Amino acid sequence: MITVALLILLLPLLSFAIQIFFRKFIESKNGEWISIGIQLTTLGLAFYLFAVMIGHYDPHFRIEENVTWFNLGNFSLEMGILIDNISVIMLLVVALISSLVHIYSTEYMKGDIRFSRYYGFLGIFTFSMNGIVLANNFFMIYVFWELVGLSSYLLIGHWWEKNSAADASKKAFITNRVGDIGMFMGLMIIMTVLGTLNYQGVYTGIASGEWEGGIGTLFGGANPHTLLTWAGILLFMGAVGKSAQFPLHIWLPDAMEGPTPVSALIHAATMVAAGVYLTVRIFPILTPDAMATVAFIGGVTAFYAATIAITQNDIKKVLAYSTVSQLGYMIMALGTGAYVAGFFHLITHAMFKAGLFLASGSVIHAMHHALHDIKDHDTDAQDMRNMGGLKSKMPYTYLIFIVASLSISGIPFFSGFLSKDAILAGSWAYASTAHEGWLASMHMAWILPFFGFGAAVITAFYMFRLIFMTFFGESKRPDIFEKMHESPKAMTVPLMILAALSLFFFYTIPSINPFSTHGWFSHVIENPGTVVNFGSTFNLEHFEHANHEAHMPAMILSLIVATLGIGFATLVYLLKKVSAESLASKLGVLYKGSFNKWYMDEFYINGIIRPFLKGCDAVALFDMEYYDHYLINGAGRNTKKVSSGVGVADDLIVDGAVNFSGYIFQWLGWSLKFIQTGRIQNYLIFALIGVVAVFLLNAF
Amino acid sequence: MENHLLSLVTFLPMLGILAILFVPRARVDVIRWIAAGATGLQLVVALIILGAFDSSSSGIQMQEHAAWIPAFNIEYFLGIDGLSLPMVLLTPFLSFLAIFTSFSINKAEKSYFALFLLLDVGMMGVFLSLDFFLFYIFWEVMLLPMYFLIGIWGGDQKEYAAIKFFLYTLFGSVLLLLGMLALYFVSEPHTFNMLILAQQPDIYSQSLLLGMNAGKVIFLLLFVGFAIKVPIFPFHTWLPLAHVQAPTAVSVILAGVLLKMGAYGFLRISFPILPHATLWFALPMAILGLINIVYGAMAALAQKDLKKMVAYSSVNHMGYVLIGMAAMTSAGMNGAVFQMFNHGTITAMLFMLVGVIYDRAHHRDIEGFGGLATKVPLYAGVMGFAFFAGLGLPGLSGFISEALCFIGAFPVFTWIAIGATVGIVLNAAYFLWAYQRIFFGPLNPKYENLEDINKRELYTLIPLAMITLFLGIYPAPMLDLMSATLNHLVDTVNAAGLMTGF
Repeated sequence: MITVALLILLLPLLSFAIQIFFRKFIESKNGEWISIGIQLTTLGLAFYLFAVMIGHYDPHFRIEENVTWFNLGNFSLEMGILIDNISVIMLLVVALISSLVHIYSTEYMKGDIRFSRYYGFLGIFTFSMNGIVLANNFFMIYVFWELVGLSSYLLIGHWWEKNSAADASKKAFITNRVGDIGMFMGLMIIMTVLGTLNYQGVYTGIASGEWEGGIGTLFGGANPHTLLTWAGILLFMGAVGKSAQFPLHIWLPDAMEGPTPVSALIHAATMVAAGVYLTVRIFPILTPDAMATVAFIGGVTAFYAATIAITQNDIKKVLAYSTVSQLGYMIMALGTGAYVAGFFHLITHAMFKAGLFLASGSVIHAMHHALHDIKDHDTDAQDMRNMGGLKSKMPYTYLIFIVASLSISGIPFFSGFLSKDAILAGSWAYASTAHEGWLASMHMAWILPFFGFGAAVITAFYMFRLIFMTFFGESKRPDIFEKMHESPKAMTVPLMILAALSLFFFYTIPSINPFSTHGWFSHVIENPGTVVNFGSTFNLEHFEHANHEAHMPAMILSLIVATLGIGFATLVYLLKKVSAESLASKLGVLYKGSFNKWYMDEFYINGIIRPFLKGCDAVALFDMEYYDHYLINGAGRNTKKVSSGVGVADDLIVDGAVNFSGYIFQWLGWSLKFIQTGRIQNYLIFALIGVVAVFLLNAF
Repeated sequence: MENHLLSLVTFLPMLGILAILFVPRARVDVIRWIAAGATGLQLVVALIILGAFDSSSSGIQMQEHAAWIPAFNIEYFLGIDGLSLPMVLLTPFLSFLAIFTSFSINKAEKSYFALFLLLDVGMMGVFLSLDFFLFYIFWEVMLLPMYFLIGIWGGDQKEYAAIKFFLYTLFGSVLLLLGMLALYFVSEPHTFNMLILAQQPDIYSQSLLLGMNAGKVIFLLLFVGFAIKVPIFPFHTWLPLAHVQAPTAVSVILAGVLLKMGAYGFLRISFPILPHATLWFALPMAILGLINIVYGAMAALAQKDLKKMVAYSSVNHMGYVLIGMAAMTSAGMNGAVFQMFNHGTITAMLFMLVGVIYDRAHHRDIEGFGGLATKVPLYAGVMGFAFFAGLGLPGLSGFISEALCFIGAFPVFTWIAIGATVGIVLNAAYFLWAYQRIFFGPLNPKYENLEDINKRELYTLIPLAMITLFLGIYPAPMLDLMSATLNHLVDTVNAAGLMTGF
């Protein structure tokens, strides 16, 4: 089992190496099929693991293997593989979508200037993503966490000649790092207190009371419960970055600069879900306050992003905000305690959202070809205002859009209905029963179902707005429309597979009740509850009971809101009973705010980045022009001045004194020379004077 | 058993100098290959030392003693342990590669390579001396060739940079000398032997010097001397200038090896000999580390000159070393020394790569490029590797050492470690922003005919990249070499007094 897992982890890395180091060969000989072969092999292996897991059919199925990575004597770090129901399901999803994207890209990326590089980076991405999934400790997840960040950076910037793509890739990496700082701090807190980062080690450490004992003098002996809350929130910050949660969501819409299959794989189905996956792994250690924070962030994101998706005209931007919104749902679910629902939505969303992205890629692909044919290089191939009426031209793509949109809107018989309904029921249950956590104590818990159902209406609305604008009505550009045609099989077949996987029964077998999540999934994934057994704590039994109660009303309400959303979109965009333009002008500020993404980017740029860069300039200026120039070089200059002063003093005083004494003697010598007359008589007189003087001196 | 491997590894380049002296100055090729041969042999000897090294022992190995000036108890005393070994490996390795980078030097080659080898002797001597007097001699030996290497073969402001570097360092040396003499006179019996000095920490903390605690006074004297080399804010301003003006190979040595000497000095001399003062000064040191990280990163972010940005990134990266070692924990200390090694390899790559583009474009203005990735994909790839190594990407060695510094510092200097995490974001910001401006966007038409990196340049970079990658994936071999010694050091210092938290 471990060997299989290791193969799944490492094979994509091999694909990367082949694509990068044998580029010439690859590009001349259809070498992308090597990568596709490798990827299909991992898919087969993932299926094998899945079969073994289903064979056990045990919620507590788990295999773990650990090795010491390095050991410093009294400090060591480990690496290990954890195979449990969650990681096996994730592996399968990643391998499946990655395989489909590999195949789809043969057509979508055909003729690209950096074709083998593209496949290579898909390989390194899949490797890193599998690493996240298979990690058994928080340090290792952090390692692969950054590596998916790298692959995301490389793939968003695939067309780096465009400044917008280069900007977007940088923005993605740096924004993610902001979240990662928090995650790293959380990791350091846990490492310091418990001395381990292994998931199971952390859970048992907290459950067994080691947490209270291990704090010591950290933060001056912090309150164990408060510290655990903070550790949870800080670790969750990693998820805020990676899963594009408010307020770090800003990178994901920009990431749409990458090739569309990449958007499907990385920025819709898998990597962005890594944050949700991390939250799943930290779920047991979250205190009620931390859970409230998680739920609130998720709820805000779900609602906020949905409000932006309504007004976007770029087909990928709509889907991007939709992804942010759906990720918010998953996060909110985990925060409310609806663990199974959150993880379930991760899986169903991965399928239908990958489908939506690849389908939009199909449209964009056709648009590009059409624009190429009519030699139009200015028109935006992704702007829905240039589309319309495409359902006759692209019937398969259209059909898949319909299926996936019904799923995301929460219509029965589709997978999204089940998972979204479970999330909404969870938020309802949370609101009606939660006593613990700051949301409840501030009487704000009802805001979660409000966000949830609100976002559900909007989701149904914007998805059908997208469909009506793209596939219905008259084309606004008949010249493009003429040239449009359905995408080739390599693209449509993966789409059909994903559309099929948007049907409910794949997730509920052996049960086939379209209104109930009961089935294999809900059997193998079990809410683990909390390991926090001190202070306020999440009450699983209580929650499950309320969840059961909330199930029916939540379902009815969610059906109503979905119908409302679709109905309203039909009125505005299909039947045109209400004019979108007059709506927009009536809503005025709201419309403008939504259209401009509530000015978040502007806030970051003008409020944080620009002032900070100015600060950096000031630091650099201070360093060289002031500190170094005046103080350091000033010290040099002053030393020089003092030295030359000393030099002058030396010349005038010391040397002057020396010279002066010389002068004295010279003068003395000069003046005395006059007595050297050379006459003997004079000398005798001097001698006589001398003798007299001696006598006189002796006499006294 | 006394072999003379350490003397051999130190003085091998001397033989190279001798040989070079006999070669006519016109035979540049011979001179180059002699230099390459001398450093190459030195590297081989260093590897033999590595093979003979016993990593389970925390003590000094392969000691060599010889009486030198017995009247003052001055000895020729060399030895190696887990602290010096990484540096002893790094020095000939970088010197050897830098010789090949120096092949593009085309002025007074004979003197250049002779001075370069002399510099090499000085560096090796510093890392191997266990007699403070001998250490000081080597410390000064290094200074002279560096002055000429910058002053003669440097860029536009080479004279200014050289004199500034020289005076700055000399200022530090004077304080170092005072500290050394003070130690000598306070110790009983008077000695320069570092091991004997380290056995009497209580004498320094209890004696007075100029009416003050002798240990603290000496620590501060040594601190300034070493801090200038690290460099620690506010003693860092020689660095951007010297790094930028020096020729590529000299920048490589300057950043790769010379900067390590300051930190090495702390760990070899200040920490074990003056543990009380070390603990007393640990917090200020960690704060200075934080300043280095944030201030260095902010200054790097503002630079327009690529080489200057890399220079400031050194200020930033050495900050991690400081917080790691100030914490006096096993993780922090090992992280700090590992970071010294990794910074050596990574920054060497960065400077070499800056040299590559400068040789072609004759400028280093970050804004003056644009879209180069299309034209020079291989160069862009290697640069990308080095930049990601610089920003601490997991899988590359810098990540592990930085992470260890953080994890080690966190329990002791919690808020400082938290503040320093800002560096993680800023690191990414300045490297990626520079990368984007140089390589992405539409191709600047000026560089339509830019040549990609050539084989010689590539082959000097590949070994560095391989080490960075290998130690990033599997750091245990390097950490195993040093952990015994460093854990012992941590225990010794901590035993001298209880750490005060912050």
